[in-house]
Amino acid sequence: MQAGDSLENVVCEMELEIRNSDGLHMRPAMRFVDIANRFDSDITVSNGETNVDGKSIMQITMLAATFGTKLKIKAEGPDARAAVDALRELVEDKHFDEPTPNQ
Amino acid sequence: MEIKKGIAVSPGISIAKSLIIDSEDYRIPRRSIHPSQRVAEVQRIRNAFKDAIGELTRLEAAQDPTEGGKIKDIFAVHLRFLHDRSMRKKMTDLVHAELVTAAYAVSSVLREIAQHLSKSQDAYISERAADIYDIERRLLKQLLGKKRQAVEHLTEEVVIVARELSPTETAGFNREFVKGIASDAGGRTSHAAIVARSLAIPAVVALEDFTACVNGGDTVIIDGNRGIVIVNPDDETLRQYEQYSREFVKLEHRLDAMRQEPAVTRDGTKITLLGNIEFPNEVDVVLQKGGDGIGLYRTEFLYLNTETEPTEQDHYDAYAQTVCGLAGKPIVIRTLDLGADKYTQSKRFVREPNPFLGLRSIRFCLQNLTMFKTQLRAILRVTVLGDVRIMFPLITNLHELMQAKMILRDVMEDLDEESIPYNRDVPIGIMIETPSAALTAYSLAMDCDFFSIGTNDLTQYTLAVDRGNELVSMLYSSADPAVLRLIRTVTQDAHKAQIPLSICGEMASEPEYVMLLLGMGVRTLSLSSPMIPEIKQVVRSVRLQDCNKVARKVLSMNSERQISAYLRNAATKILPEAF
Repeated sequence: MQAGDSLENVVCEMELEIRNSDGLHMRPAMRFVDIANRFDSDITVSNGETNVDGKSIMQITMLAATFGTKLKIKAEGPDARAAVDALRELVEDKHFDEPTPNQ
Repeated sequence: MEIKKGIAVSPGISIAKSLIIDSEDYRIPRRSIHPSQRVAEVQRIRNAFKDAIGELTRLEAAQDPTEGGKIKDIFAVHLRFLHDRSMRKKMTDLVHAELVTAAYAVSSVLREIAQHLSKSQDAYISERAADIYDIERRLLKQLLGKKRQAVEHLTEEVVIVARELSPTETAGFNREFVKGIASDAGGRTSHAAIVARSLAIPAVVALEDFTACVNGGDTVIIDGNRGIVIVNPDDETLRQYEQYSREFVKLEHRLDAMRQEPAVTRDGTKITLLGNIEFPNEVDVVLQKGGDGIGLYRTEFLYLNTETEPTEQDHYDAYAQTVCGLAGKPIVIRTLDLGADKYTQSKRFVREPNPFLGLRSIRFCLQNLTMFKTQLRAILRVTVLGDVRIMFPLITNLHELMQAKMILRDVMEDLDEESIPYNRDVPIGIMIETPSAALTAYSLAMDCDFFSIGTNDLTQYTLAVDRGNELVSMLYSSADPAVLRLIRTVTQDAHKAQIPLSICGEMASEPEYVMLLLGMGVRTLSLSSPMIPEIKQVVRSVRLQDCNKVARKVLSMNSERQISAYLRNAATKILPEAF
C-alpha cells in the first residue's frame, strides 16, 4: 500500500483476490460498483493487461474474473484509502456474501 | 442501384422512401444515417434508456423481496447496466463516429459484451451473456416498438421494409401512406401476402436479406407485378417505372369502371366470377371489384393467428360476419386445410419427412374429429344466415368423402338434438386437387353437389413438382398437357353428372387461361379479388366459339411450351394492354 503526497489527491493501490466460488459474476459486480460509486475517487480495476473503470458495471463484467483471479485496484482522489478498504472488505472479507469453495 | 428478385404477391407499382421495421428477434443490420440525423438518433438512445429504466424500475418494485430476492436481483443488475454511463457513451459515440442507427449502435455494443462473456472458460460467467441479450432486447423493444407504432401515424408516403410482417400488422397499415411492402420472409400464400393483396398494396416477399441492403429513407421501387424491388434506382430506371406506374393505374381505373357490367361473353354466355378470401373483411373488396360471391373461403386464419385453438364461437363469429356481409350472395366455406405448408402453433403436427404427401387437410381433420366437428358445427349454424355451401379439401378417394359426410351428419344430429337451426340441404362439395380425385371424378360426383378444381395442388401432384423448390420449380406449369387433360376429364364428368364446377386455383386469375378454360366448359371462376375486373374484361372480349376452338387446338398439343406460347398469343390479341 502506498499513500500519495497531498491529502486532496491520494493514490491508493491494492491487490485483491476473488474468493467466492462463482467469481465476479453479475450480482457481485453490482455490489462492487455500488460501493465504488459511493466514493469520489476514480477507481481503476486491472486484471493483467486489462484496465477498467471500477464504477462501470459493464466494464467490471467484461473482466470476467473467476475464483482465484487477482485484481489490482487503484483509487485516486480524496477518499482513495477508504474506497480501497471498503472494496477489500467486500471482495476478500465478505467475498460478496457468497459461498467459497471451502464452505 | 440494387435490384432484388423475390415473389410478387400483390400487384401494382409503388415508388417511395423506405421505412424499415426491424424486429428485435433478429440481428439488426448495420444501417447508415445522414450526419444531420445524428442528434436525433442519440436522443432516441437516451429516450430508449429512460423508458427501459422506467419499465425495469416498475418490474423490480413489483417483485416480492421475501422470495429470496433472486428475480429482484436480476432486475437490479439490469438497472445498473442501464445506468452505466460508459456503456451508453459507447453507443452514442458509435452513432457520432460511424453514422449508424440507434438500434444498430445499441445492438452492436451489447452483442460485443455478450460475445466477450460467452468466450469465458467459466460456465457461470459465460452464461451471463443471456442477461446482456435480455438488456439488448429490452432496449430494442423501446427503439423498434416505437417505430412500429409510428407506422400508424405516418404523414408521408412510404414503402414498408421488414424481415417479416404479421397479418395483424399488415391489416393495420394506413393505405393512404403505406404504398408498398417488401419483406425478407414469406411466400405467396403467407398471411401477410394475402392481406396485402386484399388491401391492394403492391408487395414483394421472400427477398431473403433485403432488410440488410436498404437504409431508412432510400428510394425503393416495388414492382408487385414482376416480383422485383429496386433500391436507389438510377434516373433512367426511375423514369421508366414512373411511366409504367402511370399506365398501370390507368388500366386499373378503366377496369374498375366496368365493375357493374356483367361477365358475359360477346356471344351471350354468362360466366360467374367469384372471389377467394381469407378474412371476413375481404368480402367488401370482392363486392367492390364486382364479384358474384365467394367461391373459396379459406378458414385456416383462425388457427394461424392465435396461440390457442379457436372455439366454436370464434368460428361462428367469423363466418357469420362473412356470410352477412354478402347479403345473400353465395359463399363456399372450405373446411380446414392445415398441414403441409400451413401449420398451427399447436404441437399436434409432427414433423413429417414428406408433408405434402402426409397428414394434411381433410386427412388431418378425419384424424382430429373434435376439432373438425367444432368447425362443422359453426359452419352449419351459419347456413341459416345466407347461401352457404360446404367444401372438403384434398379428397383423394370416395371413402374419404363418405367419411367426411358421415361426420357432417353426426354433427347435424347433434344440432337436431339441441334444436339448433341449420340448413339441412346445405350443398356439399369437394376440391379436386389430386390426380386420383380427377380420375375418379365421375363416381365422386355421384356423392356430392359440386366440384371446385384447385389447380395449384392438382398441378404439383400431377407433375410431382414442389414449386417452392427453386431447383425444380421451372417444371411447374398448369399449361402442362397432363394437367389440362385431367381438368378436361373433371369438367366432362361434372357435366355428365350434372353438378356445377368451378376453378379456384391461381389458373383462374391468369388472363391467358380464360379462353382455354371457357372452351373446356368451365363457367365459374373463383379468384383473388383484385384480379376480378381484369378477368371480367377478358370474358367480355371473347366469343365462346373462339374459346372452343382454342381449347380443341390446345388439347391436341403435347408440349407445355407450345401450349403456353399459343395461349399467350391468343390472349394478347384479345386484351393487349393486360400483357
